[in-house]
Amino acid sequence: MFGYNGKVLRINLKEMSVKTEDLNMDMAKKYIGGRGLGTKIMMDEVDPKVDALSPENKLLIVTGPMTGNPVATGGRYMVVTKSPLSDTIASSNSGGRWGAELKFAGYDVIIFEEKAEEPVYLSIEDDKVEILPANDLWGTTVSVTTKKLEEKHAKNCKVLAIGPAGENLSLIAAVMNDEDRAAGRSGVGAVMGSKNLKAIVVKGSNKPKVFDDEKVKETNKAQLAKIKENGVTGQGLPTYGTAVLVNILNELGSLPTNNFQKGQFSGAEEISGETLAEKYLIKNTACYRCPIACGRYVKMEAGEGGGPEYETLWAFGSDCGISDLKAIIEANYWCNEMGLDTISTGATIAAAIELKEKGYIKEDELDGLKLEFGNATDIMEWTKRMGYRQGLGNKMAEGSYRLAESYGVPEFSMSVKKLEIPAYDPRGTQGQGLQYATANRGGCHVRGYLISPEVLGLPEAIDRFATEGKEVWAKIFQDLTASIDSLGVCLFTSFALGAPDYADMINMVAGTDHTGDSILEAGDRIWNLERMFNLKAGVDPSQDTLPKRLLEEPVPEGPAKGWKHKLDEMLPKYYEVRGWTPEGIPTEEKLKALGL
Amino acid sequence: MEVEVRYFATFRKNGVKKEVIPFEKSISVKELLTKVDIQEEDVAILLVNGIKVDSETILKDKDVVSLFPPVGGG
Repeated sequence: MFGYNGKVLRINLKEMSVKTEDLNMDMAKKYIGGRGLGTKIMMDEVDPKVDALSPENKLLIVTGPMTGNPVATGGRYMVVTKSPLSDTIASSNSGGRWGAELKFAGYDVIIFEEKAEEPVYLSIEDDKVEILPANDLWGTTVSVTTKKLEEKHAKNCKVLAIGPAGENLSLIAAVMNDEDRAAGRSGVGAVMGSKNLKAIVVKGSNKPKVFDDEKVKETNKAQLAKIKENGVTGQGLPTYGTAVLVNILNELGSLPTNNFQKGQFSGAEEISGETLAEKYLIKNTACYRCPIACGRYVKMEAGEGGGPEYETLWAFGSDCGISDLKAIIEANYWCNEMGLDTISTGATIAAAIELKEKGYIKEDELDGLKLEFGNATDIMEWTKRMGYRQGLGNKMAEGSYRLAESYGVPEFSMSVKKLEIPAYDPRGTQGQGLQYATANRGGCHVRGYLISPEVLGLPEAIDRFATEGKEVWAKIFQDLTASIDSLGVCLFTSFALGAPDYADMINMVAGTDHTGDSILEAGDRIWNLERMFNLKAGVDPSQDTLPKRLLEEPVPEGPAKGWKHKLDEMLPKYYEVRGWTPEGIPTEEKLKALGL
Repeated sequence: MEVEVRYFATFRKNGVKKEVIPFEKSISVKELLTKVDIQEEDVAILLVNGIKVDSETILKDKDVVSLFPPVGGG
């Protein structure tokens, strides 16, 4: 057994039982790990129609074969479950150091079943696995929970936890680890909260075995060199982090502003990566075995801590019309403390502001707080209220779709399948829009990052306004990403590495015989499996769409002026290139060819 | 004629974020890059008025040129 530990922890929270099972290695090889393996286990063990917040849903923590192994960025884990926000399969991944530690403790997967009667947490120290009471942790923020568990348990243990948002079943709650790293999207934190599971503390003492120690070192050395030589991973991301994108997207007129009403923001420079580096950055931070170190460690009110990513600068910044960087840093901190997804939280506040502006939300619902584009005064308070479900924050905790729907106007939610769309206006990035519409967890940019060819020119530059051929780009990016997410490495490596590199990586670590093509085929298999889960869950192809605003309202000004999204031109071709029926259903032949 | 040049990320030297540069006659982006001392191969994203162009593009009066080194994110 190489790369994997071959062990699954099965925790039944109703029976308070802990079982160790062998990992089905045939299944692991076919679905790689992480996102793919987790989806397969969900498909086999959970009815896709299950109420996501009921005890019958399961919460899976799944590492990949690269997690904890000596490869670049090999430290990621995936939270896989059914999403309470979108009703789709959810797989939300995170870096930091927690995932590698789970691998060192000897496990590949944890499956949580049922619901505990009282708040509990799981403690793992190699073979010693205990379900312990968490009454004293319940209600505390992520950093408080983390510090308390660090004091109580083994030196250098790693902590994964939910904050008040997860406990209060906010549908946009994240699972946090190492205090400020987040498996952010799809409301996975609410599923953890629904099980009365507050945290998982882990300490491990054994590294997994690799297939060929010498070749792993050789392959890793070559791949580290590629990452270092690449302009994005070797220079751009280390220097400015993801935040450098603020100015790029603004210059292109595709930085969504005021809830996607505009594509350019006059205050972009003030919330940019350049300004963040100049005024607030203390140092870079890196996840396990990461040579890129894109994380920002910044000055803030509470002293210092993890700083905002591009998506957060956008969500609380231009999407809310806010140019107060200090306020955004504080809002980011409170998202981490509450355990909230920064994208969905900022985007939901943006939707709420527009609902207020248009007269749907009334003044008497605000408890005297400000809810205006450009007004940063109360964004921290709204964030806390969403975490604690107080006042209007109670409705906002359900995400922008349900918030807008409660006023009878769901079209003001800029979401796909109820998951808020991130920071690229698809009217000026047509391929990215196709990707949003078809991503299996809803409005997500990192299921197939077509911004790379459309904006950054990687691996080659393509016309961002064109529709022709985008279906092929979307499929390839989506398939490759599904495999990367399953390996347990960071998607950012793909700026420098291609499918054959990932095949080398897994072959040297796990002793498999992958090729670049088989890596893409595994991604295609995972994509189709996710699609089948969603179809069985009742998320039908009519939901492969974009908000009405993006399809019908042209961008009012800037370089993308006049553009609407042309989904109708691309979607039928996308279904065809996927091998699906014109209605968007995977054909028998397609599923058979993929061994599904 | 005059052209506004906007510098981003590591292209910001001595804190200069943007400058307006006057020219006697029309010039190409390539010539502009020589004038501002930036190597063409170091430019990953080159925009004129927010639209991607190549370095042969001839600039017009009041054009805005945005220059980015290799950068990315997610």
